[in-house]
Parts: sequence; C-alpha cells; structure tokens
Amino acid sequence: MADHITALAAHEPELRHHFDDSAQQLESSTLGMWVFLVTELMFFGGMFASYTVYRNLYPEAFASASHSMNLLIGAINTGVLIFSSFTMVLAVRSAQLGQKKALIAFLILTLILGCVFLSLKATEYHEKWVEHHIPGPGFQYADARYFHQAQILFFLYFAMTGMHAIHMIVGAGLLIALIVMAARNRFSAAWYTPVEIIGLYWHFVDIIWIFLFPLLYLIGHTK
Amino acid sequence: MNHQIVSVKTYAAVFFALLALTITTVAVSRLDLGEYNFIVAMAIAAVKGTLVVAFFMDVRRASSMTRLFVCAGLFWLAILLVFLLSDYLSRGWLPVSRWL
Repeated sequence: MADHITALAAHEPELRHHFDDSAQQLESSTLGMWVFLVTELMFFGGMFASYTVYRNLYPEAFASASHSMNLLIGAINTGVLIFSSFTMVLAVRSAQLGQKKALIAFLILTLILGCVFLSLKATEYHEKWVEHHIPGPGFQYADARYFHQAQILFFLYFAMTGMHAIHMIVGAGLLIALIVMAARNRFSAAWYTPVEIIGLYWHFVDIIWIFLFPLLYLIGHTK
Repeated sequence: MNHQIVSVKTYAAVFFALLALTITTVAVSRLDLGEYNFIVAMAIAAVKGTLVVAFFMDVRRASSMTRLFVCAGLFWLAILLVFLLSDYLSRGWLPVSRWL
C-alpha cells in the first residue's frame, strides 16, 4: 500500500491518474483526435460526393471552368502546404526530444507557411471576383454554352476551398496557442500531447488539399 | 515516447517524394490520356495521402485500434461514394420511363 502511494506521488505531473502510464494517455488522445478527423472526413466527403455527381453530369463544362483556374498559384500553394506539413512534423519531433527552441521555431515556420497559403488563396479569390467568376447575379462566362453549368463548379470551388481555408484559419489559431504554451514551458519530452494532436489536424487539412488540387485545377488542360 | 524518434532524413525523404508527386500530377494533367487522366490524378493523390497518413501522422506505428478507426472512416467514405455512383451511373441502363 505504501509503495502504491509512493508510486502515485512520484508519477509525472502531466499524467492524469485514470491512465496507467503516459503511453496509454497519449494513445487515448490520439484515438480521440482520429475519431474527430473521421467526422471531418465525412463532412468533406459530402462535398466531394456532390462534386462527383455534377462532374459526372457535366464533364465538358467542368473541364472548361477548371481551365480558367490559376494553376500556378494552385501548384505553389500545394508545395507550400506540403512544406508546412514537413515543418509541423519536425515541430512534433522537436517536442519529442524536448528541444524547446526548435519546437517554437518550427511552429512559427508552420504558422508563416499557413499564412502564405491563405494570402495566395485570397489573391486567387480576388482574381475570381475581377473575372466575374463568382456564382450569382454578377456571374459572367466567356463560353455561353456553359454559363449555368460552369457556375456549379465555381460554387463547389468556393464551398470546398472556402471550407478548407476556414480549417486553415482554425489551424493557425491552434498553432498560435501552441507557440504560447511552448514559450511558457508547458511541454516536455514526457508530455507534448497538444503538439501531437494539432499536428494530426494540420496534416489532415493538408490531405484535403492534396485531393482538392487535382480535382479543381487539373482537369481540362489537355485541350 | 514509447516509440523511437523518427530521423529527419525519413521525414525529408517523404517531403521530397510529396513534392515530386505534385510535379508529376501537374505534368500528367497536360497529356491527353482520356479516361485515364482522372484515374492517374486520383491514384497520385491517394499515394500522397497515404504517405502523409503513414509517416507524418505516424499511423504506420499507431495502435491497431487507431488504424481500425482510420480504416472505418475510409470505408464509410467509400459507402457514400460507391452507393451514390451506383445510382447516377446506372440511370438509363434499363428501359424504364423517366420519373425523376
């Protein structure tokens, strides 16, 4: 009994008492985050499903509208997001090693790359506004045959990339919280769960973009 | 903490593979492969997604329980897409008058 109490008193301060050990605690946090990410997958899945239906119904209009997307910005943004996932994973690695300075540096780098992505996205939205490619009363399209059908792709474009951008903004907020926590010495090699699970969130948002990029930007370039 | 820490080299290799696949998918989209354009683009995206899930999200070393949850999510997404397409793609196969 006395041994048991000593063991309890000696355990790591960040270990909640209903877990056997840190590994189990991290495991349950990771699993919980994955459950959330699966619901996110189904949420985006609904939009991917409606994209599938309309692209199947109007393939020529989708190819034509996709051709007007800014491929250069789309491709650069894909690279930026992949790079930010790389810096995020290095941040998690620094946390595992207990390297506070490296952790903060990589988190800030990830945040900057996320902001670069959002700025380029804003530039693209502005371009769409100037070209009157925003669905609604002001919509204009060069090819009159696809006037109505092209609006469906632009609507899906704004819904899907807009939802993705909102997830990026939330991710940026979470990164700021992590940077503050890291600066206040909240993390150690023994406990860095928030870094780990926000890393999972960041990579998930990256994966959504990996699928959005070819679906929105890369159809209709063969003509 | 219960795992060995992955080397920067491994992460860098995954990062460069992802960049190379992005360049490949842009290059392939300029070739006219007909139906295969879509299949190749989705195959490359699936490989990139798998790399991110396996290495960056560390699912290759995660517990069986976590892997089961990830697979269940993908399975449910497959139900959504496959059942939807089994409706839309099969319309008009049978000589039934349209009532939709």
